[in-house]
Amino acid sequence: MTDDDGTDRTRAPRQVAKVLDEVFRREHARVLSVLVRDLRDLDIAEEALSDAMAEAVVAWERDGLPERPAAWLLTAARRRGIDRIRRADAGRRAASRLAAGTELTVTHDPYDPDASTIPDERLKLLFTCCHPALAPASRVALTLRTIAGLQEPAIAKAFLISETAMARRLGRARRKIRDANIPYRVPADHELPDRLRHVLHVVELVFNEGYLASEGEDLVRPGLMEEALRLARLLVELLPDEAEVQGLLALLLLQHARTPARTDEAGDLVLLEDQDRSRWSTSLLREGTSLVRNALSRGTPGPYQVQAAIAALHGEAMTFEDTDWRQIVALYGVLEQLRPTPVVTLNKAVAVAMSEGPAAGLRLLDGLADELGGFHLHAATRAELLLRDGQHAAARDAFDEALATVTNERERAHLLTRRSEAVDAVG
Amino acid sequence: MQYMLLIASEPAPADAPPPAPEEMKPWFDYDALLHEKGVYVDGAPLHGPETATTIRVRDGETITTDGPFAETKEVIGGYYIIDCDDLDQANHFAALCPAAHYGSMEVRPVMDMSELPSPE
Repeated sequence: MTDDDGTDRTRAPRQVAKVLDEVFRREHARVLSVLVRDLRDLDIAEEALSDAMAEAVVAWERDGLPERPAAWLLTAARRRGIDRIRRADAGRRAASRLAAGTELTVTHDPYDPDASTIPDERLKLLFTCCHPALAPASRVALTLRTIAGLQEPAIAKAFLISETAMARRLGRARRKIRDANIPYRVPADHELPDRLRHVLHVVELVFNEGYLASEGEDLVRPGLMEEALRLARLLVELLPDEAEVQGLLALLLLQHARTPARTDEAGDLVLLEDQDRSRWSTSLLREGTSLVRNALSRGTPGPYQVQAAIAALHGEAMTFEDTDWRQIVALYGVLEQLRPTPVVTLNKAVAVAMSEGPAAGLRLLDGLADELGGFHLHAATRAELLLRDGQHAAARDAFDEALATVTNERERAHLLTRRSEAVDAVG
Repeated sequence: MQYMLLIASEPAPADAPPPAPEEMKPWFDYDALLHEKGVYVDGAPLHGPETATTIRVRDGETITTDGPFAETKEVIGGYYIIDCDDLDQANHFAALCPAAHYGSMEVRPVMDMSELPSPE
């Protein structure tokens, strides 16, 4: 037997393990979501799927990869899950736990192995994992575990917390889903916009943590950005009619396009204006720009589409100075209407400074002091604009303020460099 | 599934006059709504926090403390038990409670006693 690439299926064990890992990650959400529907318990479903994967490692190494790995895993996991429920309950309550129509004994495979697909329940799982009754950090961790199929230690590492702490966080979240009966369904039309916002926010949080790590030595964690992109692509596939979902994917693609130019060889932050634009990924820019055009043409604008449109304008500019700043200021104005947060105004202030001069940007920033005082990006932006405005002593003080609260080491290094420029100018 | 809605708000001063009928109307309406929608199981206002006692047992010793369990300005002022399909429905009704607008509501699933070992 040969795979598509023509290689023999009997491989060295290490290659087999790698193939299995890929298959497990690809099929994890699809299999798990059907299991949760049937077994009504995320905890048991996850354990059953782990059991089935361990079984698969042995069987697939022996017999080769099955035609439909997902169907194979699902059948094995259902059997294991039902075993677990019977052992745990040993009695009549076992049956009542299962969804109606799921029999306690597997007498036949309910999913025809010849059928081309198993039902796609991933959207339900996604809405459960991103339910607002769970803490935001738990939503992110659960989504990476169940939908992205990442192992717990990998998630713990990505968020720089101990494996025990991550296991506790996930365990608590799964118990709450079970005990409080957080529903397993796609929200009704009237609830969808609000609930979808939570789902999109989780994907955005995953991306942001990769794009600008909040703590630690590395400025970016490309792994998390890739995961966020995978999640966003899945969402577009599952919810093709939602313009905001397309907007989110477009935004992430356009931001990710700049990743190769955002850090220098030492790993230090390079500001947008200093970036070598030839290093931007043209294919990602093209894909993102065409996606956001398509999304906006639907006539239901939202915050992600507007942010993507702004990112697309940056992507189109040959140089920082060539950027259509007036258009960007206008788009930030729209964004302020859609999502009135101080951070949006902070970004608008930067665009205003470019289009009308640093003094105009500083005036906008001053209005944010009450809400954003103590947030390092506010002080850092102010410092930068003061420096450009020639107010060197004030710029130095503002850099000091930013340095007092910044947590990412690479950002700190960047602020120190800029501060020394202000100090030199003061003389 | 049953959910307990714990109504938390700032307590009225001990010497406050009893509420006027128009103040009670939203509560009567809410009560009627829960009955009408078929989710009502039980509910009652509680006596003030000055009547509360908190019991804790640590290392075999019973510690009895005068006062409510939480050290916040808001206290549990009453409760409803409602029977809902899931947490979304329970949260929906919690948000309709008059106290949700000035206090807070804690939604707690009621444990199904049949899932615990029986006292045989």
